Amino acid sequence: MAITMTEQAAKHVSNFITKRGKGVGLRLGVRTSGCSGMAYTLEFADEIGADDVQFESHGVKVLIDAKSLPYLDGTELDYTREGLNEGFKFNNPNVKNACGCGESFNV
Amino acid sequence: MALLQIAEPGMSAAPHQHRLAVGIDLGTTNSLVATVRSALAVVLNDENGRSLLPSVVRYRADGVEVGCHAMQAQAMDPQNTIASVKRFMGRGLSDIADAAHLPYRFVDEPGMVQISTVAGVKSPVEVSAEILRVLRQRAEKSLGGELVGAVITVPAYFDDAQRQATKDAARLAGLNVLRLLNEPTAAAVAYGLDNGAEGVYAVFDLGGGTFDISILKLSRGVFEVLATNGDSALGGDDFDHRIYCWILEQAGLSGLNHQDARLLQTHARAAKETLTEHEDAPVTAVLSTGEMVNLTLTTEAFASITKSLVSKTLAPTRKALRDAGLTVEEVKGVVMVGGSTRMPVIQRAVGEFFGQEPLNNLDPDKVVALGAAIQANVLAGNRSEDDWLLLDVIPLSLGLETMGGLVEKVVTRNSTIPVARAQEFTTYKDGQTAMSIHVVQGERELVSDCRSLAKFELRGIPPMVAGAARIRVTFQVDADGLLSVTAREQSTGVESSVTVKPSYGLSDEQITQMLQASQEYARDDMLARALQEARVEGGRLIEAVEAALQEDGHLLNEGEGGKIAAKIEELRVAIAGDDHRRVTQAVEILNHATESFAARRMDASVNKALAGHKLEELES
Repeated sequence: MAITMTEQAAKHVSNFITKRGKGVGLRLGVRTSGCSGMAYTLEFADEIGADDVQFESHGVKVLIDAKSLPYLDGTELDYTREGLNEGFKFNNPNVKNACGCGESFNV
Repeated sequence: MALLQIAEPGMSAAPHQHRLAVGIDLGTTNSLVATVRSALAVVLNDENGRSLLPSVVRYRADGVEVGCHAMQAQAMDPQNTIASVKRFMGRGLSDIADAAHLPYRFVDEPGMVQISTVAGVKSPVEVSAEILRVLRQRAEKSLGGELVGAVITVPAYFDDAQRQATKDAARLAGLNVLRLLNEPTAAAVAYGLDNGAEGVYAVFDLGGGTFDISILKLSRGVFEVLATNGDSALGGDDFDHRIYCWILEQAGLSGLNHQDARLLQTHARAAKETLTEHEDAPVTAVLSTGEMVNLTLTTEAFASITKSLVSKTLAPTRKALRDAGLTVEEVKGVVMVGGSTRMPVIQRAVGEFFGQEPLNNLDPDKVVALGAAIQANVLAGNRSEDDWLLLDVIPLSLGLETMGGLVEKVVTRNSTIPVARAQEFTTYKDGQTAMSIHVVQGERELVSDCRSLAKFELRGIPPMVAGAARIRVTFQVDADGLLSVTAREQSTGVESSVTVKPSYGLSDEQITQMLQASQEYARDDMLARALQEARVEGGRLIEAVEAALQEDGHLLNEGEGGKIAAKIEELRVAIAGDDHRRVTQAVEILNHATESFAARRMDASVNKALAGHKLEELES
């Protein structure tokens, strides 16, 4: 079981956390909603919860609640640029179908 | 796939419902758009990596150009290439002092000036909308979705007409305006001064062509603009021009052709920018005549040729502090805004003036847009609820005219906005069925000394005796400082309202003047109010007595009628005079003189009411 980040993504996360001035790491998760069943959540983590599973990638702590983990196992988080837009991208091997935009998916 | 940003804990948006919001600095010379991405405020660049969009719009027969391309065409097509349109927003032709020197074909329209171009007559609102549209498209491309809204910054001294024009421009550009925000306030937000910083801050904003100084007071998340001042014709361009003149003088040049003049102007500007980082700036150029220019501008020489410009920024600064009633020592921090504050001569002068290092670690070109973005992010709902919400205050009291030309203040100066205040008024005359509502702005006690904002009428008040009708007047000021007034008669519910959209507004100078006047004339005003109140009271009494005499004249004792008539006359004379004590006295005397007559009238009306009724009927 593992969640990883590309070096590029880790660099951005740690930069954002520094500039934000607080936070212990990054929290990934899934929740049910969206046009295709499940959706990713990506948040700053200010504390570590009891149900959290912790990973570390390029020096950045990644937290996932135990219930979300099966849907995200093996995911690699990347940071990319598309034209003027830039942001994080989930490369999730569990996804069978994603909606057109990729914001929601099912497994 | 869509690219995600990191949200605050618990604030993840549902898919396709990202609350994308931006802050826009719609500047006189340049405009910018910024957003908060993963908790970080960033300015959004265009495809070429440029953040500044020159606020220049060129109209062509077959389309519109905005930004760099438009700017390059300025010399070639001056009539259709509109720069610095911000100066015309909400302004009439007579407000534009240098209209005769501008290349535009102005059309004098009531309310706001228009400009005739090859693509038709355009209002400043439409021109600004072109700039905003380009920024909106840039933002939507950068954020990968539609915007829920934008915070747009305006100078602190912008009046209702200018703010309304800015809002209209945004709407025209397809932007939902979350809030208009004062530029100095936005700069303070960018520096995080809203987080716990209390006290007075100065915002020193020296742009390309304008200078603004604002004194802000922060307390518990409320930003109050204590004073503003500035010079609408002072900026970095003037410094460039000084260097240009220096080059001509040093190189012994004169009568340059257009092309050479432009070349040397570019070199002048480059030299100024070089001096930000270096002690000396070389100026080398070859003119079209083959002449060589080879000079070195030293920091000392630059300081000496621009000394008078620097002091021109300090005079308004001093004045703003004086208007705010503050000393330099009371200023807790100084925020630098505008590209021209990069100049070390300015940094030094400001530092010396305030006796402290100014805040300058953010890019002074971007600081206003960044602050607006931070505010937009909060308003769009991307931060948790316990986060602050920025509050602005209204600069001048709002009220309405009451009998005798007096002002009843409904919303007082420095109330935080948005605000809604209601007050009840009544009729002055028996059977009065309409009421005229006159909305005024200012601190003085007399309507004639305040500024008239709007007038409207409430009709259909049911006829009642004077003082019986209850009319509730509600003043509502929205978060952008725009006012709407509603009057409602409580028993019938008839209602009338007005949204104040004045075509002309107050300049910062006028506001300052009005504030100063209200303090200087406080005592005069008090006396004037007392006199007016006494006059209204006296007038009301005369009317009541005369009505009574007409109705129940037969109840008068011998000689009483003459005596009352004499007292009425005395009161009339007192009202015509200007001593409120005499009026009050005469009112008392007349009251006294009619006392027994009033008692007899009362008895008579009770008798009349009782006549024909049995005692039992009354007891049951």
